[in-house]
Amino acid sequence: MNALLAPWTHGFMVDALVVGLMVAVLAAILSCFVVLKGWSLMGDAVSHAILPGVVIAYLVGAPLVIGAFVAGFGCALASGAIRATSRIKEDAAMGVVFSGMFAVGLILLTQVRSNVHLSHVLFGSILGIEDEDFWQTLAIAGGGLLILALRGRDLVLFCFDPGQARIAGLKVGRLRLLLLAVLAASIVAGVQAVGVILVVALLITPGAIGLLLADRFGRMVWVAVAAACLATVAGIQVSFMLDASTAGSIVLALSVLFIAALLVSPRHGLLRRRPRAPW
Amino acid sequence: MLAQPISLAVDNISVAYPNGHLALKEAGFRLDAGTICGLVGINGSGKSTMFKSIMGLVRPGQGRVLVAGGPVEAALKRNLVAYVPQAEEVDWTFPVSVRDVVMMGRYGHMNLLRIPRAADRAEVQAALERVGMADLADRQIGELSGGQRKRVFLARALAQGGQLLLLDEPFTGVDVTTEEAIIALLKALRDEGRIILVSTHNLGSVPTFCDQVVLVNRTVLAAGPTAEVFTGPNLLRAFGGALRQHSLPGATPLPADAVVVLSDDERPLVMAPDGQVIGRLERDI
Repeated sequence: MNALLAPWTHGFMVDALVVGLMVAVLAAILSCFVVLKGWSLMGDAVSHAILPGVVIAYLVGAPLVIGAFVAGFGCALASGAIRATSRIKEDAAMGVVFSGMFAVGLILLTQVRSNVHLSHVLFGSILGIEDEDFWQTLAIAGGGLLILALRGRDLVLFCFDPGQARIAGLKVGRLRLLLLAVLAASIVAGVQAVGVILVVALLITPGAIGLLLADRFGRMVWVAVAAACLATVAGIQVSFMLDASTAGSIVLALSVLFIAALLVSPRHGLLRRRPRAPW
Repeated sequence: MLAQPISLAVDNISVAYPNGHLALKEAGFRLDAGTICGLVGINGSGKSTMFKSIMGLVRPGQGRVLVAGGPVEAALKRNLVAYVPQAEEVDWTFPVSVRDVVMMGRYGHMNLLRIPRAADRAEVQAALERVGMADLADRQIGELSGGQRKRVFLARALAQGGQLLLLDEPFTGVDVTTEEAIIALLKALRDEGRIILVSTHNLGSVPTFCDQVVLVNRTVLAAGPTAEVFTGPNLLRAFGGALRQHSLPGATPLPADAVVVLSDDERPLVMAPDGQVIGRLERDI
């Protein structure tokens, strides 16, 4: 037992846990919307697209999170604009835009001398988080949670039935932008914890677990949050004890939980779906 | 607020999509309170564009849509327009209960946080009871039969208090008994003064419940009382070669005075040779 608790006597481990849990809660709630809306690729695109934003923000001396947010949100808007004005479908537009932006970020990083560490952006640095980043991440996560708490019901309707949302007098275009903005903000916060490559797991897997285990939106959110928090705690712990990648450990823990949910899900589980007797 | 009776005026609208496709050209018709109107045409005839124009989802490049004498936006703010989507448009795996869906009809009446008050709950319960779904209120929507699924969304339209109800292909995948139950409900709603606009290509059932018909094919070909508009010549204009014409077995070759059976659906329409609509085939022969 002492061996399990020993890591948490380090201050940086406690900081990592606080940031990790805040990010996990926000990303888990948001992942329910992402999964139900079918925006998984959007999460992937936005997370990669923030790379040039981070580098350019460093060059002009702006806060890195602002640069990241602008680039991520810009990727989503640009993809939407390409879809609206050409015959290219949105998934293709997103693929072109985000990979192009990621490439720009890579080139900038290798050409420009900066203290932005590529590996930190790609894989996170939750165990070595700086004070400024700590508070920024908490502020972003708090803001995202507040928006979801205030507008969550409208966003559920937007995901379920945009036509009805429109007819009920809701501004569907604005709801879409709001959800995209919270998505971009969550990614910016999540990159701190697990990096741009793996942050998408936090934005999809908890919601997928929730959908497997729950038949109501509220319960789906609770399951997603519980799974994300459990994976965060377990991932940080295991990575400390085994000296393994923290981001990898968190995401791997989530994946294990997903497989478990896939197997035992009460209504939709693979193990429960026994073939019916032929007579 | 002064309760002005509901009305719908589609005034000479043209709608073109960004890709240049002209979906509707100079289309117009008018409906007054207390009517069931069938919006009839083949797939791609502009039925759904017409619905979208009435719902404010697309803005006509020319002409205008007036609901209760005012613009669509104002009608939406007053929750006058309610919509029952096609079954295929709904994600039935979405984790919501029947009651959750019906409650969504009340959003326009709630404050910004959408926290239901007692009045909202009462409206939802009343709507559920009216469509006979109160016992299944706590089911997840995917656990319902085809007819029950339709009734959930009808209940949502009722809970919303809509006076202009738009139903998109409500009888697809529904058995005849359920269809009759839905039609009975629609007639009761009409008698309370609502306008019910039903988009359908199920010709067989149109004469059994529509007071009026609007025939569309890229424009409004004809609009008015069913007996005047829903005639053979008009239908052939609206459907062109898209209809299957069945001949009756045992009567080949058809004598000159045989009935004509028109169908692009599972419930064919039966017409006399002069184009007068006789009714529909109740079962396969």
